[in-house]
Amino acid sequence: MGKAWKFGENLNTDEIIPARFNLTIDEKELAKKAFCEVKPSFAPEVKSGDVIVALDNFGCGSSREHATIAIKGAGVACVIAASYARIFFRNAINIGLPILESPEAAAAIQEGDEVQVDPASGMIRDLTIGKTFQARPLPPFVLQIAAAGGIVKFLKDHDLEELL
Amino acid sequence: MGTMIEELFSNRAGRKVEAGEIVLLELDYIMSHDNTTPLAIKAFREIGKPIKDKNKIVIHFDHAYPAPNLQAAENQKMILDFIKANDIHNFFHQGICHQVMIEEGFVAPGRLIIGGDSHSNTYGAFGAFATGFGSTEIGMAWATGKTWFKTPETILINITGQAPRGVFAKDVMLSIVGQMGMDGATYMSVEFAGSYIDQLPMHERIIFPNISTEVGAKCGLIVPDQVTLDFLAHSTKLNTPYQVIKPDHPVYEKIIEVDVSNLEPQVACHPDVDHVKTLGEIENLPIDEVFIGTCTNGRYEDLEVAASILKGRKVHPFTRTIITPASAIVYQKALDNGLIDIFLEAGCTIGVVGCGACIGRHGGLLAPGERAFTTMNRNFIGRMGSAEAEIYLGSPAAAAATAIEGKITDPRRYLEV
Repeated sequence: MGKAWKFGENLNTDEIIPARFNLTIDEKELAKKAFCEVKPSFAPEVKSGDVIVALDNFGCGSSREHATIAIKGAGVACVIAASYARIFFRNAINIGLPILESPEAAAAIQEGDEVQVDPASGMIRDLTIGKTFQARPLPPFVLQIAAAGGIVKFLKDHDLEELL
Repeated sequence: MGTMIEELFSNRAGRKVEAGEIVLLELDYIMSHDNTTPLAIKAFREIGKPIKDKNKIVIHFDHAYPAPNLQAAENQKMILDFIKANDIHNFFHQGICHQVMIEEGFVAPGRLIIGGDSHSNTYGAFGAFATGFGSTEIGMAWATGKTWFKTPETILINITGQAPRGVFAKDVMLSIVGQMGMDGATYMSVEFAGSYIDQLPMHERIIFPNISTEVGAKCGLIVPDQVTLDFLAHSTKLNTPYQVIKPDHPVYEKIIEVDVSNLEPQVACHPDVDHVKTLGEIENLPIDEVFIGTCTNGRYEDLEVAASILKGRKVHPFTRTIITPASAIVYQKALDNGLIDIFLEAGCTIGVVGCGACIGRHGGLLAPGERAFTTMNRNFIGRMGSAEAEIYLGSPAAAAATAIEGKITDPRRYLEV
C-alpha cells in the first residue's frame, strides 16, 4: 500500500528526469532528480511502495531508460497510466518496473490517495475513495518478461526464441 | 501484400507477417551513443552472454563530445574501454549519430536498425525500418543479434501541393504534429507519401521520419525512389548490397490528406511539440538564443539557407546565435563553401559537431526566463537548461531571420524571390 502521486497527460521523459542529470546510471542518484521540475516534492517525500498515476501518453519523448530507472530507484511499486508512450512501456517491462494500464483508475485516483496494487493480477484499489479497478492485462508475450523481473533476468536463464 | 512495415518484416521473417503479429527478427545494426551506451553495457554484462556479431554494433560519441565535465569523461572512458576490449570497429565521434549513420553507409533500404535514441526513426527516410529503444534492449541485442517487434498498423500521410516560398519540410511536419498531437500515432508506423514528398530532396525528406517520433510513431517510412538511390550512391559511403522493399496493395488503418499549397511558416511553441502555431501568430516574440543544428536541421542545406539570410548581416547583439553542423562532413563542406565565414562575420558562434545545445549538456544552456528559437525537434520543459526557459521550434530560415532581429521573424522577408 502506498500514496498516489498524480500526473497529467503527455508527461515526457525530460519531465521525469531532465537530460542533464542522465550522466549517472545509479538508480538512487537518478531517483533524487525524478520529477524535480514538475513536482519538486516527489524525490524528497516519495516512500517505497508509493504509486505513480498519470493520464494518457505517459513517458513520451526520449528513449532514455534513465526515466524508468529513476522511478524504480525511488521505490515506486507500480505506475498506473491511462496509456503509455511506446519506448517507455517497453523500457519499464525490460527493467522490471511494474506497470499497469487503466484509464478508469488513472482518472479516478487523486494525488495523495492510499492505493493498493497487485501488478500481477492488475487489481488496483483506491482505499481513500473506496473503489476497485481492474487494469488491462498485459499481452502474454510481455507478461513472460515482466514475470521474470525484466529482460535481463529472463535472458540469464532463457533464449529470446522461447518468448515466442 | 501489405503495408511498407508488413513488407519489411515479411521480407526479414521469410514469411507473411501482418499487423498485430509479434515477430523475432534479425537486426542489421544496433546503434547507441555516449548517453545510452553505459546502461547498455551494464545490461549486457548482467546478461552474461557473448557478443553475437560485433560488426552489427555501431557506437557514436555525439551527445556531449568532447566531454564537457568529469562525469561525461568517465562515461566515455568506460565505453571506450568496452569498445577496445571487444574490438568493436564501428565507433564514430564525428557528428550526430543519425547523420553519421547515413553518411557512413549503415542506412539503406530494406534494412532493420535499432538505436538507443528515440530519433532513430530518421533512417525510415531511406526505406529502412528503424526505431528507438532503451539501453537494456540495446545490450540485449548485442548478445542476441535480434529483437522482438509487434508489427504495427500503419497511418498513411499523403502530402500534396507545392509549398509556398519560405515554407520548408520542417514547417509541413510541424503542422502535421500540431494536427495529430503527441500521441497521434503511438505504436503506429507512419508512411509519408504523395507528390510533395516525391519532389523533395533527401535532406528535406529526412525531416518527416525524424519528427515522426514526436507523434509517438514506432517508425516513419518513405518508399525509396530514384532520389533515394542517387543520394545513397553519391552522398554516402554505402557499398554493401541492400534490397528495396515497397508496400504492396497496402491496407491502411487511416489515411491523412495534407495539402501544403497554402501553408504558412510554422512554429512549435513552448512547452510541447504539438503546440503548433503559424509563425505570424507569435511574430515579434523576443528571443535570447537561436540554435541552428541537430539531427533534424543541422545538414549542409540547412546551413546554406541560414547563410543565405545571414550573409552581409549581423545577428542581434543580445541574441546569441549558435550554429552546430551535424557532422564533420557537413562542417567541412560549410567551410569549403564559405558558409562558416558568413556565420562568423554575422556574429554567430560555431559549435563542435554533435547534438550540441539540444539536450542542455554541451553549451548554449538557457537561464531562467530566457527564450530560445531552435531548429530542434523537441521543446520539452528544461531540455536546454532551466525549467523556467522556453523553447520554440521552426525552420533554419526562420531561425536565421529571428537571429537578425532578436525576435521571432518571418523568413520570407529575407529570402530572395
